[in-house]
Amino acid sequence: MSAMTLSHHTREASFWRVLEIGACYLLGLLWILPLFYAVWMAVHPPAYEVRFELFAPVTLQNFVDAWNAAPFARYFLNTFALITTILVCQFVVCTLAAYAFARYEFRGKTVVFMLVLIQLMIMPEVLMVENYRTISKLGLVDTVVAMGLPYMASAFGIFLLRQTFLTVPKELDDAARVEGAGPLAVLLKVYVPLARPIYVAYGLVSVSYHWNNLLWPLVITNSVTTRPLTVGLQVFASPDQGVQWSVISAATLMTSAPLLIGFLLFQRQFVQSFMRAGIK
Amino acid sequence: MKKTNNMVAPWLLLLPATVLLAAFTHIPAVMTFINSFYRTPRGNRPARFVGLDQYSNMLSDPVFMAALKNNAIYALGTVPAAIALSMLMAVIVNSAIRGRALLRMSFFLPTVLPMIAVANIWLFFYTPGYGLIDQFLGLFGFHERNWLGDPDTVLGSLMVLAIWKEAGFFMIFYLAALQQISPTLSEAAALEGASRWYFFRRVTFPLLMPTTLFVMINAIINSFRLIDHVIVMTRGGPDNASTLLLYYVYNVAFRFWDAAYASALTVVLLAALALLAFVQFGVLDRKVHYK
Repeated sequence: MSAMTLSHHTREASFWRVLEIGACYLLGLLWILPLFYAVWMAVHPPAYEVRFELFAPVTLQNFVDAWNAAPFARYFLNTFALITTILVCQFVVCTLAAYAFARYEFRGKTVVFMLVLIQLMIMPEVLMVENYRTISKLGLVDTVVAMGLPYMASAFGIFLLRQTFLTVPKELDDAARVEGAGPLAVLLKVYVPLARPIYVAYGLVSVSYHWNNLLWPLVITNSVTTRPLTVGLQVFASPDQGVQWSVISAATLMTSAPLLIGFLLFQRQFVQSFMRAGIK
Repeated sequence: MKKTNNMVAPWLLLLPATVLLAAFTHIPAVMTFINSFYRTPRGNRPARFVGLDQYSNMLSDPVFMAALKNNAIYALGTVPAAIALSMLMAVIVNSAIRGRALLRMSFFLPTVLPMIAVANIWLFFYTPGYGLIDQFLGLFGFHERNWLGDPDTVLGSLMVLAIWKEAGFFMIFYLAALQQISPTLSEAAALEGASRWYFFRRVTFPLLMPTTLFVMINAIINSFRLIDHVIVMTRGGPDNASTLLLYYVYNVAFRFWDAAYASALTVVLLAALALLAFVQFGVLDRKVHYK
């Protein structure tokens, strides 16, 4: 009797378990479907946009068409210049500031730190009206530098590096100083090497943020020679221009490809980096 | 570090960061506030102090009112949904289910894509009649709909896309938090015969509270900050049914070139963000334990 109810119970439990697992896979499928579909559109002739046949002819023509329809090579170059400029400047600026906050005592430290943290809330794009005014006063409208300037001192980067520098044992710092190293030498020889994983994490977050950023570059650029990929794609793929969906799909995938491929290759590092950046 | 250290070193280290932050965050924020009391100079008409005129204009501006309402609906709709889904995803990916890595990848991938790319893809889904959603619903006998062209459905359509894009990003933070929870807790609960749902409600969920706060604040900021999909998919239309606050600022500043009114609108945004900061640092931080 008890054995019967038990088996009845486990059968019921396993039924729910299967249902639950099925629901999990369904959610995963639902989430990846839009991307699969974009790939489907991009690699088939326009006639197969909504016709799903297993043996539909595969073609790369859409990519060729997209590549020829707009100066994407130039846009790639611009994006590349943009993310390198931002990344290098962010590393330098944030490292110096984080070091000051982590290892020096000075008057007004707390106030300055709070002022820095304000930028976590008020991101540069919210202030685009005034920032546009500043950039035009500097005569920098439509330059790569202008796209990067508001982001170079990043509160997020300063905070992240400060937290990391705080965990560096004081003894290492003191030892280096006893050997006669100055503050900058200590920073470069002790702190920066120890914080390497954090630099990787912050770098990945920053690159994917700025590769994808649209609004501020859209406001501040107006020519092919500075436009990054996102703005180029926006100009190209306005629906009223009558471009084929399959070509838009191809262009969309093409411009996201470096990040996508990078993500698929280094998935573990990517996810761990985002995790690291998120834990304070 | 010796206390005798000169006071110059830290300030020199901070110099680049403070100059840049002052130039692109603090001074612009203050200037936005000041400029909102002036009128935009046009032609030979110079800027003139107009007091609170911009703000009283705002109250009688139906587009502003629509943007405010839309942004509130947008935040109230996307934030809780994104939080719930990202928590669910993290629990799934953190469980012993087979194919974890694939599931994690599928949840996270939309995050890596630019918002504009996502918007382009979804634009096609929403195409009336021909698009994927109508084709799918057509199988069940539904009539075609102009999802982005109908004031009743346009904001919801944008919200679905935003949730799809963001949930995987927030999942990462929950995943990190879940991995910090000691496995002995769930082992003990299993020994006591607690159901998994009970364990989640009484143990996991409270332990995830700091993460939820962090995610919530970031999701709200994003709901004010990210308007790429509005630019690409709807341009605020139809009839301003999908205009969000920052999109309206963008329009007023860079299409109508009315910088003063755009400043006043920005002040409203800043006030909302300041309120958020106050809630985070003032109220919630005391209730939630951080390390």
